[in-house]
Amino acid sequence: MARNAKPINNVTGIAAATFIVVAVLLAFVGIGLRVDSVSGLGPAEWQAIRFTILQSLLSAFLSCVLAVPVARALARRRFWGRTFLITLLGAPFILPVIVAMLGLLAIFGRSGVLNDILAMLGITKISIYGLQGVVLAHVFFNLPLAIRLLVQGWQGVPAERFRLSAQLGIGPGMMFRLIELPLLLRILPGTFALIFVICLTSFAVALTLGGGPRATTIELAVYQAFRFDFNLGRAALLSLVQLFVAGGAAVLVFWLVPSISFGGGMDRMQRRWDGQGRGARFLDSAFIFVAASFLTLPLFAILISGLRGLLEVPLIVWLSAWTSLWVALISVLVLLGTALPMAGWIATSRNGSVEVIGSLGLSVSPLMIGTGWFILIYPYANPTDWALLVTIAVNAMMALPFALRILVPSIRETLQTYGRLSAALGISGFAMWRCVLWPRSRPQIGFAAGLAAALSVGDLGVIALFGDPDRSTLPLQMYRLMGSYRTDAAAGAALILLVLAFGLFWIMDYWGRRNAIAK
Amino acid sequence: MKYSTFAAGVLTATSAFAETPILTVYAGDYFTSEWGPGPVIEKSFEEICECDLQFSTGDLVPRLLLEGARTKADVVIGLTSDVTAKARATELFAPHGQDNTALTLPIAWTDETFLPFNYGHTAFIYNETTMETPPASFDALLAMPDDVKIVIQDPRTSLSGLALVLWVDSVYGKNSAKVWAQLAPKILTVTKDWSSSYGLFTDGEADMVLSYTTSPAYHMFAEDDFTKKAAIFPEGHYFMVETVGKIAGTDQPELVDAFMSYVMSEDFQTVIPTANWSLPSALPTDQWPEGWAQLPLPEKVLFYSEEESKAVQEKAIETWRATLSQ
Repeated sequence: MARNAKPINNVTGIAAATFIVVAVLLAFVGIGLRVDSVSGLGPAEWQAIRFTILQSLLSAFLSCVLAVPVARALARRRFWGRTFLITLLGAPFILPVIVAMLGLLAIFGRSGVLNDILAMLGITKISIYGLQGVVLAHVFFNLPLAIRLLVQGWQGVPAERFRLSAQLGIGPGMMFRLIELPLLLRILPGTFALIFVICLTSFAVALTLGGGPRATTIELAVYQAFRFDFNLGRAALLSLVQLFVAGGAAVLVFWLVPSISFGGGMDRMQRRWDGQGRGARFLDSAFIFVAASFLTLPLFAILISGLRGLLEVPLIVWLSAWTSLWVALISVLVLLGTALPMAGWIATSRNGSVEVIGSLGLSVSPLMIGTGWFILIYPYANPTDWALLVTIAVNAMMALPFALRILVPSIRETLQTYGRLSAALGISGFAMWRCVLWPRSRPQIGFAAGLAAALSVGDLGVIALFGDPDRSTLPLQMYRLMGSYRTDAAAGAALILLVLAFGLFWIMDYWGRRNAIAK
Repeated sequence: MKYSTFAAGVLTATSAFAETPILTVYAGDYFTSEWGPGPVIEKSFEEICECDLQFSTGDLVPRLLLEGARTKADVVIGLTSDVTAKARATELFAPHGQDNTALTLPIAWTDETFLPFNYGHTAFIYNETTMETPPASFDALLAMPDDVKIVIQDPRTSLSGLALVLWVDSVYGKNSAKVWAQLAPKILTVTKDWSSSYGLFTDGEADMVLSYTTSPAYHMFAEDDFTKKAAIFPEGHYFMVETVGKIAGTDQPELVDAFMSYVMSEDFQTVIPTANWSLPSALPTDQWPEGWAQLPLPEKVLFYSEEESKAVQEKAIETWRATLSQ
């Protein structure tokens, strides 16, 4: 009978999911109203589709494969500054694309640090421009996400398991099979799907680092169709293709992969007895060092060039930073209001495939959402007045898939572990959220909120489509500086953007982890 | 009490509001930014018109197409000649009502609907301290060694990128594909917009960047930097002009006409060079701000009218895409 007892109500979750579906559908309806003709896809579009899928697969695969040894090393080593390093390693993921490009090129570009060193050593220069550059950039952005999700998984293993393994004298191979492999199987497919979907919608990075039209992605074709040719039929068709590929990948992964639970522990601090050999320690240190250099050197480059330009940053940029800040905070509230009930619903449903709905926000082009809503709003109100509101909603929607990926496993585990006890005590509904789920998932909530805030700060979003010149966000202001030759000031603005995004993330993440029930 | 004060406040506000007519001007985002010509123009026009000039930013043509006859725009500023065909097809525009003979463009302008307010030409910009022997012609550029790297913009997402493919088409015509094949190894990368390209150039990532003949002016007059130069080619440079148009359905026709004559006035024209880093459309060279007349400009100017541009655009872009994709 206990199977049927529902500790939390699904109505709000279903309502939130419906809201997302309706928001996306409405955008399609809006565009559908104005489509004159739909022509088929030409060879250029097919090439774009092939390239998009190829680079997304490669990027997702490499991010996942590289994340495993790094996350494992971070999970089983204790050293000074470890927590800070884990937070810092997350920074590239929340970095605005345009800022990250500056950093990556300063290190890996034609006149970057790496090539200067190679030239000094008399070795032929390497070129970042090409498929390798696209994948490098995408790994730079998404490796942190994979590492973070994996480290969290590792830390979620009850400490008793490692204690028991040590007592039973289980060797590394057996340890991998019994504990780590199931863990990887549980986390990696979802991570892969998420990164795949993120990379699908990339376009400015893909084009610039891809070295030319060979590296045209579907999103670029969508952009062209919307903003240049104004061919709504083709734009809608391409958006559908993108949705289909992303959605297909997500459905496949969530359906194929069962969720595995570790069972409850006593929340003791994890202590590891394995991997103490010299070789293992050396390898772990090497992995951490290489990953840390790869992920943090571009950040230093941004810091250095930004400090030089900081004095030239005009006051108006700081005002925009303020706008970006409160837009981000409201986005976080909207996100939590949607993600928490949805995560509760997903965690209690038999298969996790409803999580696919969450990935809608990522797989549809923000341009298409923006344009669709513009068409719908225009007859009734001035879309410019709605620009910030739409930006907030779109930012929250874009962060939703990440939030679900982070929240669902934790809520599911809490429900599996404490669901029966709570039911016996008669705790359900809102009390369940307040007394059990919220405190148990606080680190995850903090992490998700931090991510959403940072992504919102960095996203140029739909505001560029129909903005009000007097109310602009920081990324928009940075684009304006770049568009008026002021590259130094733009570098300064990039630094402000970096500090703001990272600061918000750090505060929220820290709030989640502080005093959290030992995890 | 409270309510009556509030009501009084609202009434005064509305009546004040009604007294000042609003002129809504659609403009590109770069135009209205703190660093564009927008703020200066707004201030100086409001001084003479007793009105409230309000900019609204975004993509111009897509927005007009979306809004159709219900558009709130009175004036649209910043339409380049390569998009005016699409803008004209909306049938939203009325004749500009100004005298085209007052224009000082290097080409003859007879369009009665779209009025040019500034211009420039496509050009490759280089840094003379790092590039000692710049190409003296387009042919010389093609013949340069492949380790000279240039950055260009994507014609599918950027107007300057589009101008480049039209430039190549107007110089080389049927041989364009061959030209792109020769350029391909020298193209470091293609960016979505002008600003990313220019950033790559100023960061030292590329030797040359596709930009405008007026780009060195910014470095000269705003930064005292005389090292950035435009390579001038005898084959000619593609002409880029930005225009302003009057919306036929405007509820402020007098204000719009006043704005149109303001665009042709010396006030407006003298602001353009240093505010938009481009050349004024109706100002004799001797009245240009100091130093501007010395800017090296091409003798030969290439230009496709909007019909010609429309006719060759698609094919020129496809030639570019197909050749660079190989």
